[in-house]
Amino acid sequence: MSMFKKDGKKEVPGVGVSSDIVFMLLFFFMVTTQMRDTEDKVMVKIPSASEAVKLERKDLSSYINVGTPIRSLQAQYGTETRIQLNDSFKTTKDIRDFVAAERESMSESDRAFMTVCIKADENTRMGIVTDIKQELRRCSALKIMYSARKAE
Amino acid sequence: MAKKLPGLNTSSTADIAFLLLCYFLMTTTMGSQTGLSRRLPPMPDEKQKTQDQKVNRRNIIIVKINSQDRLMAGTEPMDVSQLKDKIKIFLTNPTNDPTLPEKELLDIEGLGKREVSKGVISLQNDRGTSYQAYIAVQNELVKAVNELRDEASMVEFGKKFLQLDEDQQGMIKKLIPSYISEAEPKDIGKKK
Repeated sequence: MSMFKKDGKKEVPGVGVSSDIVFMLLFFFMVTTQMRDTEDKVMVKIPSASEAVKLERKDLSSYINVGTPIRSLQAQYGTETRIQLNDSFKTTKDIRDFVAAERESMSESDRAFMTVCIKADENTRMGIVTDIKQELRRCSALKIMYSARKAE
Repeated sequence: MAKKLPGLNTSSTADIAFLLLCYFLMTTTMGSQTGLSRRLPPMPDEKQKTQDQKVNRRNIIIVKINSQDRLMAGTEPMDVSQLKDKIKIFLTNPTNDPTLPEKELLDIEGLGKREVSKGVISLQNDRGTSYQAYIAVQNELVKAVNELRDEASMVEFGKKFLQLDEDQQGMIKKLIPSYISEAEPKDIGKKK
């Protein structure tokens, strides 16, 4: 019996310290993380640009994805370049509703700062991007951002 | 003697925390949103007659990208790598060339009277232009303006543009404005 007691006293400290660190990291990621609320349905490889700047106010931006449908959806939708808004394939005509809905979800004071982020694949033809731009101009969502990777 | 309370077994908390940590590590998208910010011109009112803004010929440089991603700036075809210098010369007009933009003496608050270029860059693209080429050109235009702003900041404040405070940045922005107009699309070079 006495043998066991001795052992107990010599016990090394538990995992308490390391779990603290892990929890700290955990909170950091929990705070900084932003859930992807939409699933990508198009393949987008964004071009790189050396002058790319960070998007301020992520919460005030809405995304328009442009590209070819992902592999698993190609059988259904083909390989033509498509526009994705939220969770489904849309056409340029739907952008108006999309912008209106996005505006609606923002507070009154933030609406002027809404940015539309165009995430287009680098092989996209400008025709479709121009259509989007024209449509955005029509709904006076004038602040846009061409998504690009920061390259040195 | 009172019975000692058995210690809580906490060895699994680390495991749980690690699991959660891995989850957030995977789902996080930190600072991945970067890009080139632009402001679109408002749609012209249909009722209003489009009155051509009289901009002097010399104040405009037309940058065209055709469907083969070839670039033309002003009157000469060129490579993307040459564009930046061309734009910088266009915007500064160091030799006061009569074919390059005029300068206007403006009173900028905090800086005093400075010469400000009236140059406008007009970017035209074809429907067949690839997005990559378009972004590359946009990038060069932004780069030219950024470099000019850096140079101006160095002269005025002895610091880089990004190190200036907001007021100073505003002044430099007035000194080196960036007028990049994205023209309505044209179907150039797509005849049949």
